[in-house]
Amino acid sequence: MNNYDFDQIAVEMKGITQKFGSLVANDNIDLTVHKGEVHALLGENGAGKTTLVNSLYGLYHPTSGDIFINGEKVVMDTPNVAIGHGIGMVHQHFMLIKPFTVVENIILGKETHKHGVLDMERATKEVMELSERYGLTIDPTACIQDITVGMQQRVEILKTLYRGADILILDEPTAVLTPQEILDLIKIINNLTDQGKTIIIITHKLKEIKDVADFCTIIRRGKKIDTVKVADVSESDLASMMVGREVSFKVDKEESEPGDIVLEVNDLHVKDNRDIPAVEGLSLKVRRGEILGIAGVDGNGQNELVDALTGIRKAESGEVLVNGNNILGLNPRGILDHKVSTIPQDRQKRGLVLEYSIAENIIIENYKKAPFSRKGWLNFPAIREYARKLVKEFDVRPDDENYISGSLSGGNQQKVIIAREISNNPDLLIAVQPTRGLDVGAIEYVHKALVAQRDKGKAVLLISLELDEVINVSDRIGVIYEGKIVGEVKAEGADENEIGLMMAGGSNS
Amino acid sequence: MLLESIAFLLGTTLMYATPLIYTSLGGTISENSGVVNIGLEGIMFMGAFIGAAIGYYTHSGWIGFLAAGVVGGLFGLLHAVACISFTADQVVSGIAINFLGPGFALLLSRLMFDGAAMTLPLPLDEKISRPLNGLFPQNSFFDVILNRYSTVYLAFFLVLVVWFVLYKTKLGLRIRSVGEHPEAAATLGIDVYKIRYMSVIASGVFAGFGGAAVSVAIVSQFRITLISGQGFIALAAMIFGKWKPQGAMWACLLFGFAQAIVVFMPRTGIEVSSQLLSMLPYILTLILLVVFVGKSVAPSADGKIYEKN
Amino acid sequence: MKNPLKNSALGITLISILLGLFVGALILLFIGYNPIEAYSVMLNGIFGSVRYLSWTIIYATPIILTGLSVAFAFKTGLFNIGAEGQYIVGALTAALVGYYVPMPTLLHIPFVLICSITAGSLWGSIAGYLKARFGVNEVISTIMLNWIALYLNNFFVLNEKIKRPGSEATNKILDSAKIIFFDVWKKSPDGQAFRKAHPFFNDIFRTPANAGFLIAILAAVLVLLILNKTTLGYSLKAVGFNKDAAEFGGINIKSSMISSMAIAGGLSGLAGAVQVTGFTREASALAAMEGYGFEGISVALIGANNPIGCVLAGLFYGALKYGGSKIQPRIGAPYEIISIIMGTIVLFIAMPKLIRMMKITKKKEAE
Repeated sequence: MNNYDFDQIAVEMKGITQKFGSLVANDNIDLTVHKGEVHALLGENGAGKTTLVNSLYGLYHPTSGDIFINGEKVVMDTPNVAIGHGIGMVHQHFMLIKPFTVVENIILGKETHKHGVLDMERATKEVMELSERYGLTIDPTACIQDITVGMQQRVEILKTLYRGADILILDEPTAVLTPQEILDLIKIINNLTDQGKTIIIITHKLKEIKDVADFCTIIRRGKKIDTVKVADVSESDLASMMVGREVSFKVDKEESEPGDIVLEVNDLHVKDNRDIPAVEGLSLKVRRGEILGIAGVDGNGQNELVDALTGIRKAESGEVLVNGNNILGLNPRGILDHKVSTIPQDRQKRGLVLEYSIAENIIIENYKKAPFSRKGWLNFPAIREYARKLVKEFDVRPDDENYISGSLSGGNQQKVIIAREISNNPDLLIAVQPTRGLDVGAIEYVHKALVAQRDKGKAVLLISLELDEVINVSDRIGVIYEGKIVGEVKAEGADENEIGLMMAGGSNS
Repeated sequence: MLLESIAFLLGTTLMYATPLIYTSLGGTISENSGVVNIGLEGIMFMGAFIGAAIGYYTHSGWIGFLAAGVVGGLFGLLHAVACISFTADQVVSGIAINFLGPGFALLLSRLMFDGAAMTLPLPLDEKISRPLNGLFPQNSFFDVILNRYSTVYLAFFLVLVVWFVLYKTKLGLRIRSVGEHPEAAATLGIDVYKIRYMSVIASGVFAGFGGAAVSVAIVSQFRITLISGQGFIALAAMIFGKWKPQGAMWACLLFGFAQAIVVFMPRTGIEVSSQLLSMLPYILTLILLVVFVGKSVAPSADGKIYEKN
Repeated sequence: MKNPLKNSALGITLISILLGLFVGALILLFIGYNPIEAYSVMLNGIFGSVRYLSWTIIYATPIILTGLSVAFAFKTGLFNIGAEGQYIVGALTAALVGYYVPMPTLLHIPFVLICSITAGSLWGSIAGYLKARFGVNEVISTIMLNWIALYLNNFFVLNEKIKRPGSEATNKILDSAKIIFFDVWKKSPDGQAFRKAHPFFNDIFRTPANAGFLIAILAAVLVLLILNKTTLGYSLKAVGFNKDAAEFGGINIKSSMISSMAIAGGLSGLAGAVQVTGFTREASALAAMEGYGFEGISVALIGANNPIGCVLAGLFYGALKYGGSKIQPRIGAPYEIISIIMGTIVLFIAMPKLIRMMKITKKKEAE
């Protein structure tokens, strides 16, 4: 918490409305941020937080409304104008150029040069001075592709400081960090505010807001709900303001009755795209009638684990048994045939062919089978009839099996995928980040569907970056860290701090 | 005899590599900024015509050469307008350029040269000059290698210039940044469109030079089959050279050498099909692409449409 | 909601064609020719007689097939710049098999066609394999393969043992391999007598009217069926739209890429075969690309990658090529105006954003 100055308003946004076609992303939003404070913007995915700061940074042009920086009205035509007024932004997806060095990334657009020829020596010196002043440790000559995510984030912050930013916007800065890195970031934020910088931080994590912010503005469905002093409210107050009703993140479910082992992974090793080991000796078991949740910080081998389990990626060594049969080395088709179904992480990338209709997507795993085709010819009436049944059963809207999947809402796209995967009647259902980007109603639907599968005696493997989700939906929790399961706990009464410690590599003994 | 052969091979290599170097430098600049330009072939075709035609009418190979650059730049501009401002598919636009370049070149040729699809030849003294002529004894080892048209030296000088600009200047850093991650560059206030426009126009200028380097130096007139495929070879050279000017230069020299061998072989009496030898650059490129498995060396945003918000 | 793009794609195509013709007219005007006169010479050159129409169709036939080739690959997510090279190997194969492997007509024609399709398929699948196995971009690899095909063609054609003496071409194919309608009979006394009595047929028989167009239509229908009614088409399109989702759904994307390029290559190979067996009767040494592949790309683009669209676009392009060839002898306007018109059309089709903007401004002006 910091000594912000109530008399000096750094940023004032008045009546900001942003329309994209018929969509109103921001509806008459006011925002006031004082100099030297940490101001959090809280809201669900798609609430309009990022849209609002993009207007502040000149990336979007609000349909109406005014922006004042240090009391002066400014029309943010381009990021250049924003930069000129001392605003800097660290995007959620880092805007770094991978083959460039740290210094090159920092000076880009404001290069030190003599008659157009770069002066890298001076640039490095200036960057290092900044780095030392704010405690942002970096390696100036390393290429971005070779440094850690934490350092990449520090480079992003330095980029803004190098441009003389006094007001820093951080968009979901902790999403990609380990708990330890998050602590470092909080320290950095405190350093920055100590030296008079103003911080706007976008997040949907309540705990962080309590840890770092002075004020919090809550946005829901494009509208501002309130601005509160963080010290005066509890996490659950914030949560209900964010969602719009009392939220219980609890999922109703009975005690699980585990049966035979369906999935058994032994000493699995998988490399990532850069040929670096990502899964290193991972072992786990999932039984019938139980949900095993995998908790962990992004980038600890989850993606490579899923890719190996689904046959997208080759494993280096190890064993993956499904009902006692080794499926390692099979292609996705072969693994599907072993009654393994998967709800993929990215529904638009892997889940659906967006150009195809709902019906066409529903049969993608079974188009070669009767009754959907005979001797290579598709049987459209049978395909449509089957799809129509599933659309009804899973309440996909609109209930038209010929509807193009790309035009469905995220929640309904997810329903189509769930319908397809569940209707395969698998023995093992793998769900990867199944609720990412969904609204609260859709999240509940997905959670119930997973529990229902468990209750039908399926084995369910849930892999999620949302710790709350893992704790609430699973029966057992395995924590993944650096490609290994480093600890396992019962979900019932699990201690979030204990899991958090394991996620950061602390031991569980 | 051996020395003579070596001299002949090296000299011929330089000669044939030169037009390729110009054009592949153009491709390098454009693709480093993120715009694929397979229209280089058509622009080179146009450049060859303009060089020869303007050279013929102004009695100066140099004026022809420069004019080819200007007209090439105009075609580059057309590609830029389509791909950058109107977010056209870059390959499709390139294909259109490959229709338009030869189309305009031949149309103008018929208008300016009495219905002929070729220009009238430039007299020897109006072609591009040979500044080192007479420096070495005639047909001596160094004379055969180094006594070349000025366009040859200029090409190698431009390799240096392009390398310097791309890697040592502010502009170069920006060009490469918009080719790698235009969104990132835009957030830093860099005008992605402007940088790309400049780069694509430059690629047209270079391809125009490349065409003229054939028609007013290697030969002295424009013919319909003069370019046939050199623009594509230059493109291959750029890929072979991993999108770097110096790499492209080496690749062009290799392709020039392959061409030199095609010319050289009949002199030796060794029977090797010139047709098979001519395939060499293309097969080399394919092999190289295969060897590069998984290592993406192209600029990350190369060929991808970037649209301002 | 089912396909909102379809109508506007057709609109964009038609507007692009009009703009192309308009730009062509402007250029003609600028260089001192009367565009109305030039276009009417062209129109008359296309529709003026049965013979002209027959020629138009002959010109259109190979590019319909290369257009289908490019369109098929497009539909499955691949850019087949290699139709040119696949055409060349198809044509070369047809010329060689049509001369060196004597057979009865009923067998010879299908045999030649199948050989050419196979050759084109293999040539196309090289690019498919390189992409599937090594991730080599097919745009680059097919450009390279085009030139390799050209030199391979020249290598064979110019070989002393293959070359027809005094020419730079292969021997003419045997009569049994020709798909030209009544090619032998129409020159016989009987045929001559028939032609004298029937001027309509005489007009047709003065051209090498052949079965190629029927083959092209058949191929278009086949492509349409494969794409829309079969499991093969379903899986190839899924890979084309979203290869990650297709792979996740258990479709083998590597073999899909190879199949797709093999089919595309087969269609281009067939184009070469039809051209040799129906028109040129030989393969000749090439100093430069003949352009059937690149014209096929235009045809596919103008035909919006729809098989029926390709037939129409191919006829349009064929008409432009044949009709355009009349303007130089008649009014002296350079033939190359056709390349410019085509290039302009392709450029406009590549820029739907521009045309949409033009539409919007027009609407605004109207309001």
